[in-house]
Amino acid sequence: MIGIGRLGRLTLIGVPFLWLALFFLLPLLIVVKISLADSVVGIPPYTPLVTRDVTGLKLHATLANFVLLASDDLYLRAYLGSLANAALATVLCLLLGYPIAYAIAGARGAQRQPLLFLVMLPFWTSFLIRVYAWIAILEPNGLLNEFLIGIGLISTPLPLLNNQFSVELGLVYSYLPFMILPLYGSLSTLDESLLEAAADLGARPFRVFLGVVLPLTSPGIAAGSLLVFIPAIGEFVIPDLLGGPDTLMIGKVLWDEFFNNRDWPVASAVAVVLVAALAIPILAAQKYLERERAA
Amino acid sequence: MTSTRTGGGLRFAALLLGFAFLYAPIGLLVLYSFNASRLVTVWAGFSTRWYGELSRNEGFRAAALTSLEVATLAATIALALGTLAGFSMSRFSRFHGRSLFGFALLAPLVVPEVILGLSLLLLFVSSETWIGWPSRGVLTITVAHATFGACFVAVLVRAQLAGFDRALEEAALDLGARPWTVLARITLPGISPALISGWLLAFTLSLDDLVIASFVTGPSATTLPMAVFSSVRLGVSPEVNALATVFLALVFVLVALAFWLTVRGERRRRILS
Repeated sequence: MIGIGRLGRLTLIGVPFLWLALFFLLPLLIVVKISLADSVVGIPPYTPLVTRDVTGLKLHATLANFVLLASDDLYLRAYLGSLANAALATVLCLLLGYPIAYAIAGARGAQRQPLLFLVMLPFWTSFLIRVYAWIAILEPNGLLNEFLIGIGLISTPLPLLNNQFSVELGLVYSYLPFMILPLYGSLSTLDESLLEAAADLGARPFRVFLGVVLPLTSPGIAAGSLLVFIPAIGEFVIPDLLGGPDTLMIGKVLWDEFFNNRDWPVASAVAVVLVAALAIPILAAQKYLERERAA
Repeated sequence: MTSTRTGGGLRFAALLLGFAFLYAPIGLLVLYSFNASRLVTVWAGFSTRWYGELSRNEGFRAAALTSLEVATLAATIALALGTLAGFSMSRFSRFHGRSLFGFALLAPLVVPEVILGLSLLLLFVSSETWIGWPSRGVLTITVAHATFGACFVAVLVRAQLAGFDRALEEAALDLGARPWTVLARITLPGISPALISGWLLAFTLSLDDLVIASFVTGPSATTLPMAVFSSVRLGVSPEVNALATVFLALVFVLVALAFWLTVRGERRRRILS
């Protein structure tokens, strides 16, 4: 804005910039620093990176933590497990979310806002509580097993909780709204006349969907997939509450490394690798979205 | 897309199944909070027993107060910082470090919570060993929540400013209003929907956060999600069901109110324009 003055401008930019530098950028650098330190018993539980003695400053950086990550296949499996779980959850959310978004976009004008409101409402309620709600349903003697036994479909309880199934279900349930909203955004701006043109030229409804609707809503698909995939990778609450011994996800490994093993340097190294690994899908998605926008 | 190309029946089925999936777990949880039995699967009749137990649970009450205190403070700081940041990013197209600033504003939205929590804790611990401050507790949780809350507020403010008619500001300037007056009397009221929803979003995110708070807190402060989490880890408890129901009821009322205000605001604007 003109006339606000140099000092005003400096304040407007400087205050939030400094805050973020201090409480977001600097902490990330500290994580990198501590990932290069050794674990010790004490407060704080890591060795200093730089010490000073009579001969001057000494640097004690070690890559031991990263070597550990590479040599112990727990970490690799946890990372791959996170990727696989997040990818499957993304596909399932897309398959479930598309029909719902399609139905909302096709609803009468006055109904759309309330329907969208209903999609968003769970997001405003506690994440923890929504994950917790599934425990009572999936337990061995939980509501679903009792129901299935009650109607005579099964005689012994199914193992529904503390396995891959429950983790995947929890991920899909928690992140489905994040898929529906961008899909709806794409579908609601779809140009009706293109669909009519395709139909007039003799395309069957399914062909219209594959050839016209799906390509035109690809930005929504990309955005929704990203909103599900990225947070699902680092998820902690879902694998912790719904997962079992065979659930390996990197967010939980980091948590355990920090809170149970009290190994801060290794936890930091896991964090560094995770950020680096996350940067790849994020940058790829950003590239894709920019190209879409330019096209 | 307003036509009825596909069958109305199919669409209705998709909506019915979708919303059943989204709401059935919540509905069952609310239902079983009124169960007289401690066992989740055995319905032993209607009772408000667990709400009584809940009201006598000192741990939950203290944690709820801590959470409210943190969320109110954090949302207010986040609103101030996020508004400044969103305004800067949308109005100043060139300044030193703009791309770094943009990165620092967006990255907390995608970086996993475990990493945000760990990195902030390491900062607080380092600072405590160097200068003996801050001791971990309400203050550190508030700072952590304000930081990621500000990023969400900034996104909303930027979006609203993008659709804001700058002719209004220019008119006010032409009529002799000083720039700060224009900012306070024209721009800020103009983006008030983003400010209100930004504050509410930051407040809710703070109230909901378990992971970051668990990392950055000290022995002195336990937030509600932390109290719930440690209780839930031991299994399903009817008291938590009752607590969840109270929480859901509050959120539903607040969000419905916010929704109604937005819809009414939009309708008014449409009439005016």
